Amino acid sequence: MKRFAALFTVIDQTTRTSEKVAALADYFSSAPDPDKLWTIAIFSGRRPKRAVTTTRLRDWAAEAAGIPLWLFEESYAVVGDLAETIALVLPPAQSASDDDLSHWINLLRGLIDSDDEARRVAVLAAWDRLDTTERLVFNKLLTGGFRMGVSQKLMTRALAQATGRDEAELAHRLMGEWSPDTTSFTALIEAENAAADLSRPYPFCLAYGVEDLAALGPAADWLAEWKWDGIRAQVIVRGGALHVWSRGEELMTDRFPELARLATDLPDGTVLDGELVAWDGAAPLPFAALQKRITRKVVPKKLLAEAPVILLAYDLLEAGGADLRATPLSERRALLDRILAAVPQDAPVQASPLILALDWEDLGAARGKARQMKAEGLMIKRLSSPYHVGRKRGDWWKWKLDPLTIDAVMIYAQAGHGRRANLFTDFTFAVWQGNELVPFTKAYSGLTDAEFGQITQWVRRNTLQRFGPVRQVTPHHVFEIAFEGIQESPRHKSGIALRFPRMLRWRQDKTVDQADTLDHLKALLAQYG
Amino acid sequence: MAQAVLTMTDRGLYCAAGDFFIDPWRPVDRALITHGHADHARPGHRHYLCTDGCMPVMRHRLGDIVCETVRYGEMRRIGDAEVSFHPAGHVPGSAQIRVAVGGEIWVVSGDYKVEDDGLSEAFEPLRCHTFISECTFGLPVFHWQRQAVVADQINRWWARNMAEGRVSLLAAYSLGKAQRLLHLLDPAIGPILTHAAVENTNAVLRAQGVPLPDTIRITPDLDRKAHPGALIVAPPAVLGSPWARRFGALSTGYASGWMQMRGVRRRRAADRGFVISDHADWDGLLGAIKATGAEKLYLTHGYTDIFTRYLRDQGHDAHVLATEYGGEDGAEAEETGDAA
Repeated sequence: MKRFAALFTVIDQTTRTSEKVAALADYFSSAPDPDKLWTIAIFSGRRPKRAVTTTRLRDWAAEAAGIPLWLFEESYAVVGDLAETIALVLPPAQSASDDDLSHWINLLRGLIDSDDEARRVAVLAAWDRLDTTERLVFNKLLTGGFRMGVSQKLMTRALAQATGRDEAELAHRLMGEWSPDTTSFTALIEAENAAADLSRPYPFCLAYGVEDLAALGPAADWLAEWKWDGIRAQVIVRGGALHVWSRGEELMTDRFPELARLATDLPDGTVLDGELVAWDGAAPLPFAALQKRITRKVVPKKLLAEAPVILLAYDLLEAGGADLRATPLSERRALLDRILAAVPQDAPVQASPLILALDWEDLGAARGKARQMKAEGLMIKRLSSPYHVGRKRGDWWKWKLDPLTIDAVMIYAQAGHGRRANLFTDFTFAVWQGNELVPFTKAYSGLTDAEFGQITQWVRRNTLQRFGPVRQVTPHHVFEIAFEGIQESPRHKSGIALRFPRMLRWRQDKTVDQADTLDHLKALLAQYG
Repeated sequence: MAQAVLTMTDRGLYCAAGDFFIDPWRPVDRALITHGHADHARPGHRHYLCTDGCMPVMRHRLGDIVCETVRYGEMRRIGDAEVSFHPAGHVPGSAQIRVAVGGEIWVVSGDYKVEDDGLSEAFEPLRCHTFISECTFGLPVFHWQRQAVVADQINRWWARNMAEGRVSLLAAYSLGKAQRLLHLLDPAIGPILTHAAVENTNAVLRAQGVPLPDTIRITPDLDRKAHPGALIVAPPAVLGSPWARRFGALSTGYASGWMQMRGVRRRRAADRGFVISDHADWDGLLGAIKATGAEKLYLTHGYTDIFTRYLRDQGHDAHVLATEYGGEDGAEAEETGDAA
C-alpha cells in the first residue's frame, strides 16, 4: 500500500498534469503486475464491489477513535469526505504494513462473504496497520468513491510512457468489459490482441465548444449535424451479437430491448457511433422521456410503447470487421449512409441528417432552428478528419445554443462536499407567484470560489431556519439561472423541471422584486418545452 | 455561589471588580490585551495593558497608543482584582490573562498552543476555577505532528524546488506564523526573501531580541532573478496575484492548521499544504482544559457548539461564549483567523 499511497500523495499535492503523469508512469514502471492492474481498474472506474456499509464504517471509526458517534458525524459534516474523516479521527497505528495494494483489495473483497463481526475485526485490524494516507486510500477503496484528479486519459498517457506502447492503442485495450478477475496485466496491456473481446468498444471521439468560427477556414471543409440531447452510444454488431455502450463505458444493451434486432438488421462487423433518443416517429422526444428509460433495467411494455428508442447514427467506426477510424470522415460518412440505406425501413436506426449550408452565416441560421428540431445546437466536424481517441482540439466542435435564462431568488442554501466542504454552494432558487416565492430549481455551479466565499459569509449571518443541513435564508440575492431545456414535471412543486441549471451571474444589481415570475417560466415552457 | 469575575458585555469580556475589559471589540477606557492579532488587539481604546513582549507589535500595528506593560507572572492590582499575564505559546509575547477577585480565579486563554515552538514563550498551565478557552480546532480530526516533522517537510519541499529550478512561495500570516516558519527553515538551503508585510513584523521582533534568520526584503527594485531557488515568505493574499507571478516558475505552499483538511487545501489552490498551527489541536485543547482543574468552562472561537457539547458529555460544566473574535464555525474562522 505504501507505493500506492505515495502515488496518491504526489498526485494530491500537485495541480500540474505533467507531474501527475510522471508520478503515474513511475508507478507503472515499478509496481508489481497485480497492483498495476488494480490501479488501471480503479482509474477507469472499475472499483472493487463495496463490502461494508458506510453506517458500519462510521460506528467502527467512532469506536476506534474513542468518540461518540454524534461527534464523528459532526466531524464528517465539517470535513465533507467520509474516508478522510475516518483517516483523521483514528488514533495512530500500532504497527506498519509492507503489504501491497492487491493484498488490501483482496482483503476487502474477502469481506463480502464474511459476517458483520468478522468484517469489524478485519477493518479495525487494517486501520491499525496503516498510516493516515494509507488509511485514506484504504477507506476510499472501502467506500467506493475513488476520485483523485486522475482521468482515464491521463492514466492512459502515463501507461503509454511506462510501457512504450501507443496511447490510442492502449485506450482501446482498456475499453469494454474486463475486470482484474478476468484478465492479467500481461493479457490486458501487452498480449497480441487477436482474440480481443468481441464486445470491446472504441474510445469515443469528443468535441470542444467552438470558440472562433472564423479560424475554422472555409465552411466547405466541414460537415454539420444536429447536436442531439440524448445518450451518446456505440452500437457494436460482431459475431452475430449486439452490444450497446454508453460514453461512460456502461453496457446498456439490455436496457433497450427494441435495439436487439439490430444484431441482424446491420451487417456483421459493424460499429456505429451516434445518439440514442426517444423517438416519436419523426422527431426526438424530450430528454425526460429518455431519462425514464435510463434508470430501468427491465422496461415495462407501456414505457416501451411511449418512449421507443432509436439510434441516430453519425459515424462508422468499423465495417466488415475492419477498423475505419483512420479513414477520413467524408468516406466514413458515405459508407455509413450506404449501410443504413440497406437496413429495413422500420429498423431502430437512422442516419443523423446532415445540415447543408453554403457558408458559416447559413449555418448560423440553421443553428437558430435547433430548438425547433429538438436539438441543443450543432456539431461541426472536419470532413478530412480521422476518428480521434478522446478529446482533441481541432476537428470536432460543438456549437451549442445560448442557454435560456431566468432571474431567480435564492431561498435555501446547503454546504457542499469535498473541495467545497465548509462552503455554501448548493442553492435552491425561487420565482414569484403573486406574493409568494415558489422554488423551481437547484443549482451548484457557475460562481467563482471568491463568490462562494462571499455568499457563505452572508448565509451564516442571514439564516432564518435550519432543516438539518439545509438553511432557509432571507430572500435577498438574485441570480441569473441558465439552463439548456425546460420540461413539465409533476414531481416538482413548480410543475417544471430544468435541464442543466447553473448560476450564470450573481445579479447584485437586482433586488428581489425584480426577479422573474412563475408565469414567465410557464411561458418559456410553452415556447420551448 | 461565587460572584462572576468576568461578564460578557456588548463590548467584550468585562471585569467589574477592576473596571477593565479583556480583548474588547469596541472602544473602552481600559483594555487588557492577550496578543497582537487584529481580532484581539483593536484600535481605539483609551488605555492598553499587555506584556512587554507584546507591546512593540501593538505599537507597530496600532500606532501611538497609551500602553502599559507587565512581565509574565507579575501581579498587578487593578481595583479589587488581581491580574497577571502568563505565556500562551501562541506567538511571541502572547498571554493568557489570570484574574483573581476575592479568591475566585478566572483565566482567559486568548489564543494558545501547547507545543513549545522555540520562539514564543512556552504555554503555562494555570489552575483556576473558571477557564475561558478558545477552541478554533475543537474537532477530533485535528491532530498536529511535532513541528520538527513539518519543518523537515517544508525544507525538503524547498530543496526539491530549488533543484528543479523553481522559487518556493510559502504563504503564512505575517505576525507569528511567518516568524515561526522562518525559525524552522534551514538557511543553508538558500536565500530567504520576505514580503514587506512580513519583513516589517520581523524588524519589530528582531529589535526585541527574537532570533530570526537573515532575510532579504522584497522591494520594487529587487532583481527577482538574482535569487534562484529562493524561498519567499509572504501573506496568503499574494497567492495567485500578479506580485507572485513576477517571480517566474513557482511552487506554492500554504502553512495552516486548516491544511489538515484536503478540501480546504485544494480550495486554497496552493501546490502544497503544510499542517502547522499556532492553536492547540484536539488533544492539546483537552489536555490544557484538564490541567486547569476548572469547575466551569466557557468556549469561544471555532467549533464552540460541538466542542461544548462534547465537554458536557464528559461531565464538564461547559458553555458557549459568543464573542467577536473568530466566527460561528470553522469556515469563517478560516477567513478571519488567518493566524491559524
